[in-house]
Amino acid sequence: MSSLHSEIPTPSLTGFTLPLMAAAGLGFGYIVGTANGQPLIGAVAGAVLSAALGYVLASFVPDRRTGRLGTAAVAGIAGFAMAGTSGLVAGAIIGLILSWFAYWLSTGDYRRSVPSYATAGDVLWSNSFKFICGLIFFFLIAPIVVVLPLSFNAQDFFTFTPEMLAFDPDGYSLKHYRDFLSNPDWTRPLKNSFVIAPLATIISVSLGTLAAIGLSQSHVPGRRAIMAILISPMIVPLIISATGMFFFYSKLGNWMEGNLGMSKDFIGYVKVILAHSVLGIPFVIITVTATLVGFDRSLTRAAANMGAGPVRTFFKVQMPLILPGVISGGLFAFITSFDEVVVVLFVGSAAQKTLPWQMFIGLREQISPTILAVATVLVTFSVLLLATLELLRRRSERLRGMSPT
Amino acid sequence: MNVTKTLLATTALTFAAGAASALDLTLVSWGGAYQTSQLKAYAEPYMAEHPDVNIIWDESSAEAVAKLRAMNEAGNITWDLVDVTVSDSIRLCDEGLAREIDFDTELAPAPDGTPASEDFGATLNNDCFVPQIVYSTTFGYRTDLVGDTPPTSVCDIFDLEKFPGKRSLQKRPIDNVEWALFCDGVAKEEIYNVLSTDEGQAQAFAKLDTIKDQVVWWTAGAETPQLLADGEVVMGSTFNGRLFSAIAEQNQPIGMLWDMQSYDLDGWIVPAGLSEEKEAAVMDFLKFATDTQRLADQAKYISYGPARASSAPLVGQHADLGIDMAPHMPTDPANATNPHIYDYSWWADNRDDLDAKFQAWLAQ
Repeated sequence: MSSLHSEIPTPSLTGFTLPLMAAAGLGFGYIVGTANGQPLIGAVAGAVLSAALGYVLASFVPDRRTGRLGTAAVAGIAGFAMAGTSGLVAGAIIGLILSWFAYWLSTGDYRRSVPSYATAGDVLWSNSFKFICGLIFFFLIAPIVVVLPLSFNAQDFFTFTPEMLAFDPDGYSLKHYRDFLSNPDWTRPLKNSFVIAPLATIISVSLGTLAAIGLSQSHVPGRRAIMAILISPMIVPLIISATGMFFFYSKLGNWMEGNLGMSKDFIGYVKVILAHSVLGIPFVIITVTATLVGFDRSLTRAAANMGAGPVRTFFKVQMPLILPGVISGGLFAFITSFDEVVVVLFVGSAAQKTLPWQMFIGLREQISPTILAVATVLVTFSVLLLATLELLRRRSERLRGMSPT
Repeated sequence: MNVTKTLLATTALTFAAGAASALDLTLVSWGGAYQTSQLKAYAEPYMAEHPDVNIIWDESSAEAVAKLRAMNEAGNITWDLVDVTVSDSIRLCDEGLAREIDFDTELAPAPDGTPASEDFGATLNNDCFVPQIVYSTTFGYRTDLVGDTPPTSVCDIFDLEKFPGKRSLQKRPIDNVEWALFCDGVAKEEIYNVLSTDEGQAQAFAKLDTIKDQVVWWTAGAETPQLLADGEVVMGSTFNGRLFSAIAEQNQPIGMLWDMQSYDLDGWIVPAGLSEEKEAAVMDFLKFATDTQRLADQAKYISYGPARASSAPLVGQHADLGIDMAPHMPTDPANATNPHIYDYSWWADNRDDLDAKFQAWLAQ
């Protein structure tokens, strides 16, 4: 492959690199100029400076490291002179991007990822495609990332204060995290979430796995219809399920209170846990059914042949093999319950207030950055859960010999 | 099998018994600084005196009417005491969803023996509603964005030349149409007469039209302080306590504009159909929470005026900041030079109609 690329010609400096550098500088200059109230001057200055940078780097600084660090330093100092510490960071970032762009263009690196016979149009499309993919990532991730620094705000508003932008330590504080961990308004819902979600998960996993195994047997009559009904909580709009559940569980709760003498508080938990289990079951069924596709049925027959009963076969043979599917279904069920706000608002009473419920209230009644602190904790938590899921998936592929490692 | 059964039964019993030993009271309120003031002034002292009572909060006052109706239909009332505005209490009382209260026998008299009904005086509105606080919907402005002459009149909201920039208003007709008419030259005492005619309503909307493209509409009380803190709006209406909190507790560059502040009341209702045990516990709490001292204590935490006449002289200083609270009350004489008295009965009759017209106007 390397022989293909060694022939890349150095592109024309004045006809290619400099105009493109000027265009990139125009964009950055416009943004910086708008921030200072002079968009036009900023755009023009940006284009000129950027083209000059491209000329200098391409002609006189062949060593990339020196060129990039030097540009970042100069742009950072210029930014510092204009807007203090935040300008320093912004300037350094712009400098790094522009200098990378200059080398990428002037050395012909932009052709490196496509075969040498590609036309100019192919190259343009290949690079635009990567750029669009990058943008998609950016728009998916940016709203989540923006929340993280705001959760360290020293003020009680969702605002990047001047102190924060200047990286002044006084602008930052852990007080919202402290509030989250010490205020009973938050610790109680946290406790409730960690009571409700695991219990709902256990119920969904047990029932969902059994249903998936049953439904994968070819002799079950009306398999498709049963499957559709079991999956329906995932498809029916949540607000409709929630309304139905509210009236259904109210009656059930009254009956339990009247005939079984249970306390209202206990019944409240039972209602929410059952409702969340119903929401979690479809996820378990789907993942376990998918895992069962790869399960070799002759193993159960072999076990039966050797005298094991169905229950023993299930726990000793089938369960260990489909365990990754069961666990990932369980994780989905857990996250469903842990993130759920609509059903719990209807079915639960204040004693069962969960974390999403408290966040919903917090957003509506009091825009407090404690929500952002909670969000940051939950994002981290979810990332860890998803990473576990991915590791399990890879392990199961490896066990089934689907991937080379 | 027997072991499992015994285990299950014991677990269930422990749960039931553990929950029964403490009495849970569910109080419904608005969240935020207001609920904190109720927690500090009423709930914490009450729980200190009654260790067997556990108070749980539900921040659902905004949808209290709808939720109480649904609970009543399902026969499953999980709320014990609900904080609502007067207008909501009128609806709940009319529909029989709130319990009627005998003010003189079921509430505490003033320290000098004045019966509760006299002490609450004009703040009493219907048989179910026990008033707590007088608050007002009024304006805050960014002191650094309004130039050298800060706004002094509510009509400055409608003056885009003197005060250019966005302003935030509540997404409902109440207050906004009254302010619009007042600033269009209608005398204060004539406002509701004019609003009763179609031409008057058209006049109000025409006045609102002049600033419509500069208005950010809010629905939650926390929005205007956030918008002001961001500098996204130059001025905006919200509840006076929220503005006090942004100014005094958060040190934001915000000033108060009290002109034509619109008074409203907030208070408790007890849902109808509670069990006897619950009802007795709630009424005991209610008697404690609405006595003279407790209402005065609440003003330590938030700048809302106590609804009892006998509480006013007891209003002291802010619990943390140590500043005198009296000058920050909407009812303070310096702030109450030109208040707007909002007409509950007029709005009870015309709310649905004007809501529809307002929504249609918004969508235009």
